[in-house]
Amino acid sequence: MTLCAHPLPAHGQALYETPTAPRVSSAAIKLSVDALHKSYGDHQVLKGVSLQARKGDVISLIGASGSGKSTMLRCINFLEQPDSGVITLDEQSIEMHQGRAGTRAPNPAQLQNLRTRLAMVFQHFNLWSHMTVLENICLAPRRVLGVSPREAEARARAYLDKVGLPGRAADQYPAFLSGGQQQRVAIARALAMEPEIILFDEPTSALDPELVGEVLKVIQTLAEEGRTMLMVTHEMGFARQVSSQVLFLHQGRVEEQGGPQMLDQPQSERLQQFLSNRLK
Amino acid sequence: MIELLQEYGRAYLYSDGAGMSGLAMTLWLFIVTMVLGLVLSLPLALARVSRKRWLRWPVELYTFVFRGTPLYIQLLICYTGLYGLEVVRDNALLDQFLRNALNCTLLAFVLNTCAYTVEIFAGAIRNIPHGEIEAAQAYGLHGWRLNLFVVLPAALRRALPVYSNELILMLHATSLAFTATVADVLKVARDANAATFLTFQAFGIAAILYMLLSFALVGLFRLAERRWMRFLVPARG
Repeated sequence: MTLCAHPLPAHGQALYETPTAPRVSSAAIKLSVDALHKSYGDHQVLKGVSLQARKGDVISLIGASGSGKSTMLRCINFLEQPDSGVITLDEQSIEMHQGRAGTRAPNPAQLQNLRTRLAMVFQHFNLWSHMTVLENICLAPRRVLGVSPREAEARARAYLDKVGLPGRAADQYPAFLSGGQQQRVAIARALAMEPEIILFDEPTSALDPELVGEVLKVIQTLAEEGRTMLMVTHEMGFARQVSSQVLFLHQGRVEEQGGPQMLDQPQSERLQQFLSNRLK
Repeated sequence: MIELLQEYGRAYLYSDGAGMSGLAMTLWLFIVTMVLGLVLSLPLALARVSRKRWLRWPVELYTFVFRGTPLYIQLLICYTGLYGLEVVRDNALLDQFLRNALNCTLLAFVLNTCAYTVEIFAGAIRNIPHGEIEAAQAYGLHGWRLNLFVVLPAALRRALPVYSNELILMLHATSLAFTATVADVLKVARDANAATFLTFQAFGIAAILYMLLSFALVGLFRLAERRWMRFLVPARG
């Protein structure tokens, strides 16, 4: 799949304008991110990055730290507000409103809808530390989706089993678990929302090396099930193994993009450098 | 000492013949102040940490004033000062309310403890790891749901030790109520002292009663912390 090239919208241009560039069989496209720009003060973190995910795609975002890959992922569910650019889920673009003091805010109803359909797994797990594992997994399905307590608990136990945690872990507090176990709980929490897309923000970067494998194994299982996933990762071997598409970001731009074989035959000099600088 | 107890024992504990007194009155002051202070402080603490200035600033001013002045002065203002104002006397409802010494005392106590509690809870809210709030937002919790299901439960548990301290201070501060003619433990002790001149015994009994209450409170909070703060014990090994 190739990236659609279209003109970057000028800074401050209305976000909800539909991009005019032609797309290849847009019917199958699940999530599309178009020309995201994001700056912190004078520092431009994203200079117009785009991606398109079809159902079942596993897209890895790679790049050096500071290349903007995490910011890009966080812009997709508006944990960061992009300065401009369009997020489109199932052909529904999120409308942006001009807030006070020049801030842009997404349409609240659309944002809520988007967040219930996209689940996120964080680098530092971000489990609610005052809740048990079971409460962590049940909270959002119950309070956001309105699932009954019994159904939520059944789901939670099923997904705990799926991520390979024993049933007795359900009543533990996160602080009593290892990092790998906590991240698997976080994945179960994401799955319990039965999301259409899962966003992984460096899911193994905060783990001790010996715990990385157990988490990657879970993610691989999810990939094999055909789930749509976007993943920021430093695990090149893993990215090559599970991805259907790889995006290499450099200084806020997509420098190179292609199938996983791109990691074996990098075209751009930047990617060659990036790959040779790390052990594979 | 025996006569003192025979004469004033009942008054120390629950009734001076005319109405509730002693320990019962102190407990009543404490419980009403605690419950109202707690209920009021929750929304105010959320306002205190709000990003909206028009919500945050009035609460900041309130806690600044009530933490910046002595409780005794606040009590005097509520008990005598307010009633000295013509607007207050002309308002039937306020007039009715402030005529009662117990009401004035409770008003001062509630406003005072609430101010401290707001700051305690606001501090606890700020101490919630940012990632936990972010995760809640990412999962579609926002507005009152975010506050009710994530922010407040997380903050209240973390605030338990500091809050228990505030309650013990507040319990002891209720002994100021005697200055507004409320018949609490200290008022009974002063009466007993004035009548018998057994100063050490009269105030000693009062001290023991306060001490017993404090111990009970400490014990209750120890149980609460064991139940609700277990999550903070770090994993071993």
